[in-house]
This record gives sequence, structure tokens and C-alpha cells, in this order.
Amino acid sequence: MACIAWYLCKFASGGKGGVGITGGDVSYHVKETGQGAVLSRRLRLMPHDDHDHPHALLPSEPALRVKALETILTRKGLIDPAALDEIIDTYQNRIGPQNGANVVARAWSDPAFKAALLEDATSVVADLGYYGRQGEHMVVVENTPEQHNMVVCTLCSCYPWPLLGIPPGWYKSDAYRARAVREPRKVLAEFGVALPEGTSVRVWDSTAEVRYLVLPMRPEGTESLSEDELAALVTRDSMIGTGLPKEAS
Amino acid sequence: MTRVHDMGGRFGDGPINPEPEDAPVFAEDWHARALAVTLAAGFLGQWNIDVSRHARERLSPRDYARFSYYEKWMSGLADLLVEKGVLTRDDLRGVDREAAHRLAARVLRAEAVQDALARGGPADRPSNVAVRFETGQAVRTLRPGANRLVNGGHTRLPIYAAGAKGRILRLHGTHVLPDSNAHGLGEAPEPLYAVVFPASELWADSEHPADEVVLDLWQSYLEPA
Repeated sequence: MACIAWYLCKFASGGKGGVGITGGDVSYHVKETGQGAVLSRRLRLMPHDDHDHPHALLPSEPALRVKALETILTRKGLIDPAALDEIIDTYQNRIGPQNGANVVARAWSDPAFKAALLEDATSVVADLGYYGRQGEHMVVVENTPEQHNMVVCTLCSCYPWPLLGIPPGWYKSDAYRARAVREPRKVLAEFGVALPEGTSVRVWDSTAEVRYLVLPMRPEGTESLSEDELAALVTRDSMIGTGLPKEAS
Repeated sequence: MTRVHDMGGRFGDGPINPEPEDAPVFAEDWHARALAVTLAAGFLGQWNIDVSRHARERLSPRDYARFSYYEKWMSGLADLLVEKGVLTRDDLRGVDREAAHRLAARVLRAEAVQDALARGGPADRPSNVAVRFETGQAVRTLRPGANRLVNGGHTRLPIYAAGAKGRILRLHGTHVLPDSNAHGLGEAPEPLYAVVFPASELWADSEHPADEVVLDLWQSYLEPA
């Protein structure tokens, strides 16, 4: 097939079913056929409303867009692909909700720890090794029979990475961002949570660099459980405030 | 006055459909690459977090609405790389040049990743702006809610909370002001507060009389009520 741009030649040829490629003012469609790739070309004035956005110069298909940018930056020596693997491994395998669950289980087991956590979460969780990007300023808010807490970021996707990892897709969705502040009880119902009438809801909109973690209420009948057993009851959503911990089995 | 990302309280988005807790961290391999490329490029030191947020917010409303989450990241990043002179439009077009890049010495190496992520980027700074409000004090947010330094610029006062009366819940210390920092106007640190608002102050039809919303707001967003 003809080469449109060097990075496309390298990455566009292996796809199934064809891919759309947008390059500047011209869009192309690469279609896989039994005879090999056929390139059809059609002129398009501009792919986007805003003529000035450089991103429109990249392929429009998302996976190709990422690959193109990664390849350009790598060839210029501006990113190290091994560093990308290391970043991905960190958030895929090492940092996740188990960190937050350990903090919650400890707070359930140790009243002095809980008091310190509610007073100054940043230094307390840092002492456990949970500090870093997107967790530089931590506040822990406690659920009680009178008040349920729930966390959102209406403006983007702020989330306590060192304690919960990368946010799930729903947390970043338009629907959650738009609705959590206005109708938290309807949102909770979609997560299967119904609060007693006497419980108020306090929604925390993460508009600054402060990151919030919800300390859920300890489930009944867990008095004899170890910290590890308690941690296993702590769900990710219970620390965002859209869920409750698991019941003791 | 508003930008498309400022969607708190909006009607019409439909159900949330949460995926199960054990869903993969990255639904697609390219999501993981997009996150990693964005973080690694950030370590070149050519912008701060407020600049990068604003780059995503400046996507056209049409792009913002049709792009998935990590597409917004990629597009914001591509725009920023060109805007800051790291890449040229020709680079994005794929016009290949092998010349060494002036920033190549700053590349984030694999062996530096753990330290870099663990170090983070705290936003608190010493400030000579005097703390104006005390815990429990009644305050009102500015209306219209807008960046007062740059027309159409970055701000963290959502439109749904503009002109609303609340009270100071806590002082977080003095933090970098995004409205300034996103535009190369300096960090301008000032007091940052958690401010609590009755839901009935924000919504015409709030769900419960005792419900509340808390926002983190800078002192210059607030006036005494």
C-alpha cells in the first residue's frame, strides 16, 4: 500500500476490517480485502470544527493515534518505551484499591490510628508507604449512621491514585460526573445502595489537588476478624462512597 | 462563559452502568499506553498539571463530547506538545527528521519511574496572602464563575456552584492557584478551603433536605456572605 506517513505504514497494515486514518486536510480509508489493502482517498475540508487543533494531524482512530504519538516521541528520544512499560506495570499490578483497603482495615482495628488518619491522612498513609502522584494531599472522611460520604470530580477525573489506583471507567464517565452532585441517591441506587431516611449524603467534588478517601462503616459481626480478613471486606466502591463493604461471611 | 468539561449537575446523561470491580484497570491496551505516554511526556517539564488540564478542556465541545476519556488525553497532549514547541505540526504529520531533540536529555528513563511517581507533585506552597475566612464562616462564591485573569481561562469553580452561599468547613493550607498557573502567570499560592453547601442551595429540586455538597475553593473565589 502507498505510504501516507511513515508511522502509518508501520502500524496501519495489521488491522482487521480496515481503519480510518485522518492526516491533516485529507482523510483516507484503508480497507482490508482479499487482495491486500486498498487505499481509497477522499478529500475533506477539515476533520474538525476547530481548524487550529494540532491533534487533528494525527490518525483519528484512537489506538493508532496513541501509537503514532508514542512512536514520534520515541524516535526523538523524548520518551523511553521501557519507562512506559514500567508506568503501566505500576498502575496495573502494584498500586490499586488493596492499598486503601489496608488503610480502612487498620482504621477499623486501631482507634488511635483512625483518629490520626481523620486528623492528618497525608502523613499517616505516607508512613504506610502510600504517597505519590495524585495523592499528595489526602483527606479521609468517615461514614456514620447520620452521614454518608461520596466522592466525585465533576471537572475532570481527580482520584486518590496511591490508595485506589487508576479510576474505573464509570468514575470518569459524563453520567457520573454530571449526576453525582445533583442526585447522589439516584446514583447510589444504580450501584445497589439504599440509605436509611435518617442518613444525609455529603458529596465531595474534588476541585483542587486534595484527594478524598471514604472510610466506610465497619460491617456488623466482624469483631473477631483479623486486619487481613477485614481488608478483604473493603471494596473499592466503598472507599469512593458508591458502595458498601462486603458482609462478614 | 462555560466550557464543556464543566458538567456537574447537567441533565440528560442517562444511567451510569458501572463495570464490575474486577474489570481490568485498562479496558484496552491503548488506554494504558495513552496514560503512560501522557505521564512520561509530562516529565519533560514543559508544563504543569493545570496547563495539561486546560489543554483537555480546550478541546472543541464537539471533540470533547465524542472522544472517549483517553482520546481526550491524547488529543490534549498532542495540542500541548505543539503549543509548547516540543513538536511541530510536521512532526505530527509524520514528516520524519532524525535530528537530536533539545529535550532528549530530560527523558524519563525506566529506572527513574518509581521515584518520579512516588515523589508526586505537591501543590501546597508558602504564601503571603493572609487567611481571610475561619471555619464555620458563611461565604458566597463569585458569580459569574470565571477565570478573572484570562478570559475563557482555566478555573476550578464549577458553574453549578457560582453565586452559592455555603460555609467554610476546613482550611487546607495555601495552594497553587490554577487560574494563574495554567496560563504561565505564576503559581500565586493562596488559601484553599473546603466549603460546604446545602444541596438545596445548588439545585432546584434537591433529593433530601439534609444533603450537602463540598467543594475545594480558593480564597479569591469567595467573598463573605
